Amino acid sequence: MSTLTSSCSWKAGDGVSDQFPAGLRVLVVDDDPTCLRILEKMLKTCQYQVTTCSRSDVALSTLRDNKNGFDIVLSDVHMPDMDGFKLLEHIGLEMDLPVIMMSADDGKQVVMKGVTHGACDYLIKPIRIEALKNIWQHVVRKRKNEWKELEQCGSVEDGDRPQKHLEDVDYSSTANEGSWKSGKRRKEEEDDAEERDDSSTLKKPRVVWSVELHQQFVSAVNQLGIDKAVPKKILELMNVPGLTRENVASHLQKYRLYLRRLSGVPQHQAGVNSSFIGTQDAGFGAISSLNGYEIQALAATGQLAPQSLATLQAAGLGRSAGKSGISIPMLDQRNLFSFDNPKLRFGEGQSQQNLGTNSKQANLLHGIPTTMEPKQLVNLQQSAQSFGSMSMPVHTHGAQSSSLLMPMGQPQARRHVISESGSSRPPVLQANMGQSIMSTGLVGQALGRSGTAENGRGLGHNTILQTSSAMNFPMNQVSDAPVSSFPIQSTFPTSKGGYPEDVNSSIIKGPGGGMPSYDILHDLQQIRSNDWEFQNVGVTFDTSQPGNSVQGNIDTSGLLLVHQGLSSGQSSNGHNRNISAAGKSLLSADGNRQVTTPNVGQPPTSLVDNPVQIKTEGFPDMSYQAVLYPEHYSQEDIMSAFLKQQQGIGPPDSEFEFDGFSVNNIPV
Amino acid sequence: MDVGLMQMQRRLAEYTSALFKEGILDSQYVQLQELQDESNPDFVVEVVSLFFTDSEKLLNDLSRDLAQQNVDFKRVDAHVHQLKGSSSSIGAERVKNACIVFRNFCQEKNIPGCLRCLQQIKQEFLLVKSKLETLFKLEQQVVAAGGSIPTSGSLPTVQQPIL
Repeated sequence: MSTLTSSCSWKAGDGVSDQFPAGLRVLVVDDDPTCLRILEKMLKTCQYQVTTCSRSDVALSTLRDNKNGFDIVLSDVHMPDMDGFKLLEHIGLEMDLPVIMMSADDGKQVVMKGVTHGACDYLIKPIRIEALKNIWQHVVRKRKNEWKELEQCGSVEDGDRPQKHLEDVDYSSTANEGSWKSGKRRKEEEDDAEERDDSSTLKKPRVVWSVELHQQFVSAVNQLGIDKAVPKKILELMNVPGLTRENVASHLQKYRLYLRRLSGVPQHQAGVNSSFIGTQDAGFGAISSLNGYEIQALAATGQLAPQSLATLQAAGLGRSAGKSGISIPMLDQRNLFSFDNPKLRFGEGQSQQNLGTNSKQANLLHGIPTTMEPKQLVNLQQSAQSFGSMSMPVHTHGAQSSSLLMPMGQPQARRHVISESGSSRPPVLQANMGQSIMSTGLVGQALGRSGTAENGRGLGHNTILQTSSAMNFPMNQVSDAPVSSFPIQSTFPTSKGGYPEDVNSSIIKGPGGGMPSYDILHDLQQIRSNDWEFQNVGVTFDTSQPGNSVQGNIDTSGLLLVHQGLSSGQSSNGHNRNISAAGKSLLSADGNRQVTTPNVGQPPTSLVDNPVQIKTEGFPDMSYQAVLYPEHYSQEDIMSAFLKQQQGIGPPDSEFEFDGFSVNNIPV
Repeated sequence: MDVGLMQMQRRLAEYTSALFKEGILDSQYVQLQELQDESNPDFVVEVVSLFFTDSEKLLNDLSRDLAQQNVDFKRVDAHVHQLKGSSSSIGAERVKNACIVFRNFCQEKNIPGCLRCLQQIKQEFLLVKSKLETLFKLEQQVVAAGGSIPTSGSLPTVQQPIL
């Protein structure tokens, strides 16, 4: 698969850039052969490189097999084998690609659903070629956001980035690709750094968070505790040569998002989740959406301060996908998380951190699709529905899946259920083999959701959704070792935007349906949404306290996670359900938390080794998705970062903007 | 210039124009025509054939589903939705409109209404099918005679070849 650079012609060279968007690699999924043929022809006429699929499962496996092989996905909404929204989530979680939904159905509800699930656009059939001519903007926008995120979070982290930036600067000489390129650069830059530690041969810009790597990560996070999981420390603990703090930070962010998503997943089912899960993809939107959920979740747990709850709700619900709403929620989220600690089980009520991170994460989620990193939270776009998989960012990456786990998208997977509070869940997530991180992100989501709730559980849930590896990682391990293994059940934030990073490993490829992610859910519940979020270890969740010490690292992720966590926390039950549902597909339903990465093949031990170190410090489920956000969210104050983002975010998905969405309109 | 060819082209143009006027085809069909080029000279025919095959199958499924004891309206709706999508994609306007009506009855779970609609859809489908088949024949004749098929850029006016 073409690495970023290869993407095409765009990259690099002046000449190439001129051709942009020609050569854009599009994957079209539609069960109607007539439409498929027409779209193919139209896209070819636009000079895009087209691949067609008539089935969602084929599409997913194609995407998994060709990480970085596509720039954007067009998917029909109504498909027989898998609902288009579910696919959306999966993609968001696992691959974090922009996804455009299509349908002859122009009903407001359906379109809203697309938005909440993180689709970056929604086209009504019959589709005209003019509409297709501009789809490249979504790719650029996403990259740009990722770029922005990186910058934001990287600022505090360390000087690595700057260097990288410089290097990248070389790349794009032409101005026009400007944002796009810079986005790409950034991504590459990060990727490069990450790449180093594994699959260096691939020369992929991003670090591939293989299952092992993720497991290591998760263990480290667990050891440190969600609250204290700072990229630097995690890096030290992991002791992986070539891995940079940035890599870890971004991964952590995703992880948190993922966790968050997991916690939030259950809500999804409740309908609420979906809204924010969807937003997660949106990145920012996610946050807001999460808020809604989280707020509810938190509120449910009683932890949420009424006002925060209100705020969040307002924000979140209103947004449901709008990222814009995030700002508010973020704030609240933080608060929420704080309280959530108790919920979190994780241990330390990192909630606060989560909150902060959540927002960030939320944004990240939102941006999942936009995050440049492929691994990014797999766009949980798949609609919160898929959440079943728990949005918990199963970042059980702890396992360090060095394999190509979803490139950072894995964060979700990572969610590791940091809730290790003690359960040493097999870090399953990590096992995710990275790829599966989320088999659709759902897991992540689910995890996220459940994560929060379950955090206590031992995140074993690591929603290590194993993505491609079809690892059915039952990740559900959550119950056992909460932390390390993030039972991926939850799946990585299915929301696409969600956990890109974690997803990788955690994507538990739920067999389509049976998501046993329930296990994770249970765990997640324990984890208490907050826990999860914190788990995002990557995300400097250190913020053990509101102060968010999140060192700037992924503040957002924390926030996002929080999101997830929030929702999940509360609804742990709900989450579980949701997650289960989502996880079903993701988790290969092992039903039992076996997070032991069975599928993954990776030695679960690594995950397990760290039994739960995951201090669920209240790792807010910050749905790893949030991680999407700048990987290095080094903001001292997540909230501020979040807020900042929100402001900044506005643009990417205007659709997510909170335009007075009616709160209860979180149709999913 | 071959008068015969011109006449054929004229006939083709008129025929095409009439189809648009009668609402059998809409602007989406024009999009298809515009997509056709040297690299895909039979694109329109290809896509339309796909549509015919797929739709026939859908119509059969619909007939069968509606004949069940317990009609699964979700399924029926899904089929109709798909038919609506594909017919709108090729520009079969009347078929698409009939599908919309069908869906309403479906939501009301009104079986007799659905059956009537299904009949309507079938009729429209057969109509558009035969019309397009005639159209393609005319086009083939024109092409065979050395002419080219004009794109109905702006409906419904048909450009009259200047004799």
